[in-house]
Amino acid sequence: MTPASPAFAPQAYLQAQTRWHAIELVFWLSCLLPFVLFPNYLVLASQIAITALFALSLDLILGYAGIVSLGHAAFFGLGAYSAGLLAKHGWGEPLSGLVLGALVAAFVGYVSSFVIARFRHLTLIMITLGFGLLLHELANKAHWLTGGADGLQGVRMWPLLGTFTFDLWGYTAYAYSLLVLFAVFLVTRRLINSPFGLSLRGIRENPVRMPAIGAPSAAHIRKIYTLSAAIAGIAGALLAQTTETVSLETLSFQRSADVLVILVLGGAGRLYGGFVGAIIFMVARDRFSGVTPQYWYFGIGVLLIAVVMFLPNGILGGLARLAASWRSKAT
Amino acid sequence: MTTPALTVHGLNKSFGSLVVANDIELALPQGERHALIGPNGAGKTTLINLMTGMLTPDGGQILLGDADISRLPPDLRVKRGLVRTFQINSLFPHLSALEAVTLAIGERRGIAPTWWRALPVYRDAIEEAYAILVSLRLGHVCTRPTRELAYGQQRLLEIALALATRPHVLLLDEPAAGVPRDESAELFSAIAGLSKDISILFIEHDMNVVFRFASRIIVMVGGRILVEGTPAEIAADRQVREVYLGKRHHV
Repeated sequence: MTPASPAFAPQAYLQAQTRWHAIELVFWLSCLLPFVLFPNYLVLASQIAITALFALSLDLILGYAGIVSLGHAAFFGLGAYSAGLLAKHGWGEPLSGLVLGALVAAFVGYVSSFVIARFRHLTLIMITLGFGLLLHELANKAHWLTGGADGLQGVRMWPLLGTFTFDLWGYTAYAYSLLVLFAVFLVTRRLINSPFGLSLRGIRENPVRMPAIGAPSAAHIRKIYTLSAAIAGIAGALLAQTTETVSLETLSFQRSADVLVILVLGGAGRLYGGFVGAIIFMVARDRFSGVTPQYWYFGIGVLLIAVVMFLPNGILGGLARLAASWRSKAT
Repeated sequence: MTTPALTVHGLNKSFGSLVVANDIELALPQGERHALIGPNGAGKTTLINLMTGMLTPDGGQILLGDADISRLPPDLRVKRGLVRTFQINSLFPHLSALEAVTLAIGERRGIAPTWWRALPVYRDAIEEAYAILVSLRLGHVCTRPTRELAYGQQRLLEIALALATRPHVLLLDEPAAGVPRDESAELFSAIAGLSKDISILFIEHDMNVVFRFASRIIVMVGGRILVEGTPAEIAADRQVREVYLGKRHHV
């Protein structure tokens, strides 16, 4: 049904665009494969799921609303320390730890969003970078609370739902991380396909035009920034709970930069871009660091340059273009 | 006498020593189509920027109907019904035309903050967007990304976006800029066909178009309103002929 035909139904057309693809189901089902195929790598799989969740949170602001951040680890770290401290001080129930991590990160996200909504581009990079470094240094100095550079020790988690203990092989950790990732993904997917999601894309596409069609861009930005911070907080809390420790690294610049690299590799603004990026990045780190512990980032650097030069919309963007050209050849 | 749709009182703006709006007085009656003309750099676009709140005036008052909107931010002025288009296309390149117009309608209807319901739930909004696109003869290209549309179609989409906000007063900044002459006539007949509930002030350089579609003409020069009158008065005005129309134009 083309728009030229008199029977064109615009609502049905937009609905069709939000439908689940078979490939999405394949993707989520294949996430279960590590349980059977790589039971020795479940700890890594769980870290990939957490990184993917973190990348998803950045994608909401960067890929959809066009808000650049080089300090997103701030919210990841806030979530991690909140959940870690809660468990350390006697309440090891995992789900409430996630909620706390999300709330603390969302609160700080909301407060900072008033500054974020006023700036763009380079200014925004500098502000988020500075904010991230500030928080990192604060956590470093507050040794009494965070354990400083030694990290937060003594995090003891209770069994998940009172039943599943966090085992050494990572069965519970991966199942837990994957389920949380999937749940947050469902919410995010709905958000992207909502009227709000459309407005976010409007801000990304043309922030100048938005007020001219009556859109309160700043209010939209504050909202998505808060939500993105909350999701980053959940990701951080997951890492704290599944590893039963929180290191200063959760707040580091390196983590902010890594997640940006992951998103650019996979493809920003594509929902699954962060997932693809996280898998490639984490597996590459695991493999390369075995060979050259000092220089493993070299491989990532080469990959990043290649992707940015030849696939400006990331790996998924490149695949989508390939699929589109196949389809046009087929017809 | 009824209140004009849009009134401007003593509007001033300067950048340093450059006066871009000098004591502007303007009234656009309900349902009228007025043209704003003047040489390049006269301050026409600046005046639109001031009225829509994209620039902050140094002094003066802007009334929409009876309401003073001088201090409202741009998006709230749009919500009240004062809407503009842009001389240089200001669109959403990667959104389809249907999505872009639906976006504007979503903002108007107040559904834009809703993130827990899917967009296709709002069938009315989408149907309305499609109807606007069809009325501007963009129906057949509405699923194409904006950046792939022909230039003339993009100019029409500019207007479609403005219409989606249900304006009372529409400020059109050279709606036919860059459009070939034959297409420009078509574009202006689309504008002339708009509901009389919408009062329109348009900037245009093509004198044929101005004299055909405007009931009154406002001439701006150097940040001031030089003269205002009916097309016949403007055509006969010696001052206007000297500073603006020049000797080339025989009107």
